[in-house]
Amino acid sequence: MSQTIAEKILAAKAGLERVKPGQIVDAYPDLVMSHTATWRSVSVMKKIGAKRLYDPNRLAIVLDHISPAKTEKYAADQQTSRNFAREYGIEKFYDVDAGIAHLVLMEHGHVKPGDLIVGTDSHCTIYGALGALGSGIGYTEVASVWVTGKLWMKVPTTIKLTLNGRFAAGVSAKDLMLYLIGTLGADGCGYKSVEFYGSALPQMSVSERMTMANLAMEMGSKCVFIPPDEKTSEWLLPRLKDPASYQPVFADPEAVYEQSIDIDLAKLTPMIACPHQVENTKPVAEVMGTRIDQAFLGSCANGKYEDLVVAADILAGRKIDPRVRLIVTPGSKEIMLEAMRTGVLATLIESGALVTNPGCGACAGDGGTMADGEVSLSTANRNFVGRMGSNKSSIYLSSPATLAASALKGAIADPREFLR
Amino acid sequence: MATNWIFQGRCWKFGDNIPTDALTPTHVMFKSPQEMAAFVLETLNPEFPKQVRPGDILVAGRNFGCSSGRALATKALKATGIGAVVAEQFSRTFYRNCLEIGLPLLEATGVHALVNDGDEVRVDIKAATLENLTTGKRLQGAPPSQFLLGMLQAGGLIPLLKSGSFPGSATR
Repeated sequence: MSQTIAEKILAAKAGLERVKPGQIVDAYPDLVMSHTATWRSVSVMKKIGAKRLYDPNRLAIVLDHISPAKTEKYAADQQTSRNFAREYGIEKFYDVDAGIAHLVLMEHGHVKPGDLIVGTDSHCTIYGALGALGSGIGYTEVASVWVTGKLWMKVPTTIKLTLNGRFAAGVSAKDLMLYLIGTLGADGCGYKSVEFYGSALPQMSVSERMTMANLAMEMGSKCVFIPPDEKTSEWLLPRLKDPASYQPVFADPEAVYEQSIDIDLAKLTPMIACPHQVENTKPVAEVMGTRIDQAFLGSCANGKYEDLVVAADILAGRKIDPRVRLIVTPGSKEIMLEAMRTGVLATLIESGALVTNPGCGACAGDGGTMADGEVSLSTANRNFVGRMGSNKSSIYLSSPATLAASALKGAIADPREFLR
Repeated sequence: MATNWIFQGRCWKFGDNIPTDALTPTHVMFKSPQEMAAFVLETLNPEFPKQVRPGDILVAGRNFGCSSGRALATKALKATGIGAVVAEQFSRTFYRNCLEIGLPLLEATGVHALVNDGDEVRVDIKAATLENLTTGKRLQGAPPSQFLLGMLQAGGLIPLLKSGSFPGSATR
């Protein structure tokens, strides 16, 4: 036996004994996620004249981008998605109040180790935080999977990343990923699966793992795995309808890896991605003092409860620079509620933050639009030209800690200066 | 459906890591593909959407079509009339989305250095070759599998689904 996690999951979902890299299989996903683009898949279904779904229980729909609707067109599209969910009895339907699809589906126990999950979003890799194979597809393919239950998938080769040591204070999973993306390149893991290992993993929270699996997409990964352990079961088991369905899939000891890379977390410092490529990363020290007009704390990468706490710890009792707009968008309703109950939201608001409803928010161009010449610092995962408004604005990407410190200074700052 | 595997036209050259944000900026995403075509890659080369002619060839570096997996990006690019897209490597969501709509594409290592913007090039998708007619240089790319050629031949996923013949993997 010598299979990687991706090979095992794809073999299982294709009903095969074993598969090898490069092989194309027909795989049957456990879950098909579609977000605000759902209406487009509905129209594809109409176009091909299909009436029946392969299995309504495998569909999950979350209206997370541009929510609530801001134009009549968006409203009509959301209505189409809503009506479709009702007509077909889609139980895993979450409306505009729920938050970002990825986080909502994991919080509600719809993602478990060994699952194959596809969806209309490139950051589906995030499901690997719980040991599931998540990968993005287009909306036409989503309609195809709705109807046929399957899709073609090429078995990827796998890269092994081993994390040892511990983060220094002020350094986090986001800094690790920015470092990796900068080192390996935006296509460093193109078409490939990534498996994380190492003595550092057992200490890393599920929230940190989500950040890692999410950002790994920005180095081209097809899918990502953090092998399930006690942290995974502790977080996930209370959320599963059927706890017996928790069946982790691990790689064989002799699994073949295309490449193995070791990283010492202790050597990392706060990192930042500079305009206009995610791979354009530098230590924060190199761009310190760069003025910012807006700071966005949110997204599926870093809009989780722990991320809000990190920022709040730095912002507590302090005021942000009056020239900065600090926009906080909790990733989900669950996260927002928790942050409300624990006072984290109050801390953020008192420091000068504007808190929005949960969802994708400014990361997907919903609010927080940038004007010509403006500079934004964001905890999201992308900084391409025009991503957050004007083509003449620029976006830097950082950890929540760096973001909070920078909001205080009105310019890019090193979070270690503000740790208590 | 009979398929033309050979394309010849002007080469439009772009760099590495071109994101789908540059193909279809957020502010045009609710327009039709024909309307979106007027904005494709305009931030990188304003002449491209204005002057691209049917059958022209787009050549890019590595990781073409990265960022958002939005399927609209390939639809808008196809609507510009581009015949085929050739790159050192594509982002996987872009690659899938091209097949989904039947937009011919080819991966060929070394292609970026082989052409200049404005050269006349000829691409044979099935044979996986690119010929620079301006310089006479030629390159062999990675031949696509029969399975993927079949999807292109069908014109993408929708025609396949309509005909009830979902692509099967066993054909590889």
